[in-house]
Amino acid sequence: MTFELSDRVQAVPPSGIRRFFEIAEERDEVISLGVGEPDFATPWAARDAAITSLEQGKTSYTANRGKRELREAIADYVADRFDLGYDPDEEIIVTAGASEAVDLAFRAFVNPGDTVAIAQPAYISYEPGVIFAGGEVLPVPTREEDDFRLTVEGLEEAGAADADVLVLCYPNNPTGAIMPEEDLEPIAEFAREHDLTVFSDEIYAELTYDGEHTSIASLEGMRERTIVFNGFSKAHAMTGLRLGYALGPADAIGAMNKIHQYTMLSAPTTAQYAALEALDSCDNDVEEMVEEYDRRRRFVLSRFREIGMDVFEAKGAFYCFPEVPEGFTAEEFAEEVLREQGVAVVPGDVFGDVGEGHLRVSYATGLEDLRRALNRIEAFVADHA
Amino acid sequence: MSEREVLELLRENARYSAADIARMTDLEEDEVEAAIEELEAAGLVRGYQAVVDWDRLEDERVRAEVELNVRLDRETGYDDIAERLARFPQVTALRLVSGDYDFDMEVEGDSIREVSQFISEKVAPVPEITQTVTHYVMTSYKENGIELGDGEDDDRLSYSP
Ligand SMILES: Cc1ncc(COP(=O)(O)O)c(C=O)c1O
Repeated sequence: MTFELSDRVQAVPPSGIRRFFEIAEERDEVISLGVGEPDFATPWAARDAAITSLEQGKTSYTANRGKRELREAIADYVADRFDLGYDPDEEIIVTAGASEAVDLAFRAFVNPGDTVAIAQPAYISYEPGVIFAGGEVLPVPTREEDDFRLTVEGLEEAGAADADVLVLCYPNNPTGAIMPEEDLEPIAEFAREHDLTVFSDEIYAELTYDGEHTSIASLEGMRERTIVFNGFSKAHAMTGLRLGYALGPADAIGAMNKIHQYTMLSAPTTAQYAALEALDSCDNDVEEMVEEYDRRRRFVLSRFREIGMDVFEAKGAFYCFPEVPEGFTAEEFAEEVLREQGVAVVPGDVFGDVGEGHLRVSYATGLEDLRRALNRIEAFVADHA
Repeated sequence: MSEREVLELLRENARYSAADIARMTDLEEDEVEAAIEELEAAGLVRGYQAVVDWDRLEDERVRAEVELNVRLDRETGYDDIAERLARFPQVTALRLVSGDYDFDMEVEGDSIREVSQFISEKVAPVPEITQTVTHYVMTSYKENGIELGDGEDDDRLSYSP
């Protein structure tokens, strides 16, 4: 017998990075700038808290929404860092990664046929998430001339006024773009005017190198229409522990919890203990990692300029988004530089058509490797000049 | 400010070139060079060394941590004793510390015999030194902030979202 796949599963094409992964596997000595996760280990205090919780046998489910203590710590943290006020009892849900939170939101708020506008280039999971929920994707391109920031003109041109949901991700994966408060204001006004629900993925909020991160939910009249996603994967280097959370008004979080309690029951317990400790005592570790990313960011941007590749001045996350030299598509460049020089980067079109002509280059890799990888890219560009 | 940043980067890896540091800090290359020169001239940066995992070397290299107790008199202070000890090339580090003993001294030599002889013939006889306790280093796990072990391989996938 063969399985008959659901239309929704069939509607999602295979991941654009899979093929590259296979090429990379065949080749030895690949330096990877293709990774979307920190190269640091989780701060020791957080790992130790996880170990202690295991030693104490704390291995049962927690409350569906997550340990109360953790929700309180999250409430304090977002109030302190991002000026966001959420009630730990009703307005916060702890999930298995921000990924689960994003999925819950699509399933809780998108009806079949609803339109979800996604600012692009975008993190690769949003589009499949919308399709799994039965919604329609409306790409909203952002442009390098606007520093890859979303603009009201861009929203209007794309027809987002008629959308039901708008998905934002700043600092952005893959471009490294950020949206300061003055750029978010008109977007917020647009959302209010056209009655859009906003999903704001702020998982890279701590990794903002120029100024402070502003959450769109902190702007006037936005709290009631916004779901904020965040988590511990990036700033706290906890990808494998799978812990994230969502913030929103009580009825919205209640709806997400309805799905969560039947599909996940609760987020990983061990990870919740680690996360609690991460918020409690790991600020210095986060600060050090952010400083290190910032140095690498400057290094990588400056090297691309020396090599003669145009590169956008990324100000957040741990990616930069250079343009491929003339004569290449993004995919050709990514594939050839992998085959010839053993450097793995992700072609920008994976993140939506507007990403064509660009590469996502992650600097979540030690400086020695970055230096070697950029030397190889330099040689590659020189060979093909 | 930037001088501090240059210092931190040199501490992390003294082999970063001025150009690399310039790239990381947004300083100009000649500014970095000037900052390094100044740090050296001011005696803040005293030298550059490799962090070596001696356990991997075939030849024996013996290191010991020595606790020293001293008795001071009117003419001799800690600094005088320290000055005298620090001159020996076998002494790689010397610190006055609080607690049960006075000085914490690191000694290196080619054999246990050589190190023992040095302690018994050169250090112990110093009149102000009342007691020495020698601890030979058996295995070193971390030096100068760098973990020595086998190093963890990066087992992240080469591509991830
Ligand atoms: C923008 C964005 N959101 C969410 C995630 C997933 O995070 P988590 O590990 O918390 O599921 C990623 C991971 O790459 C991401 O880049």
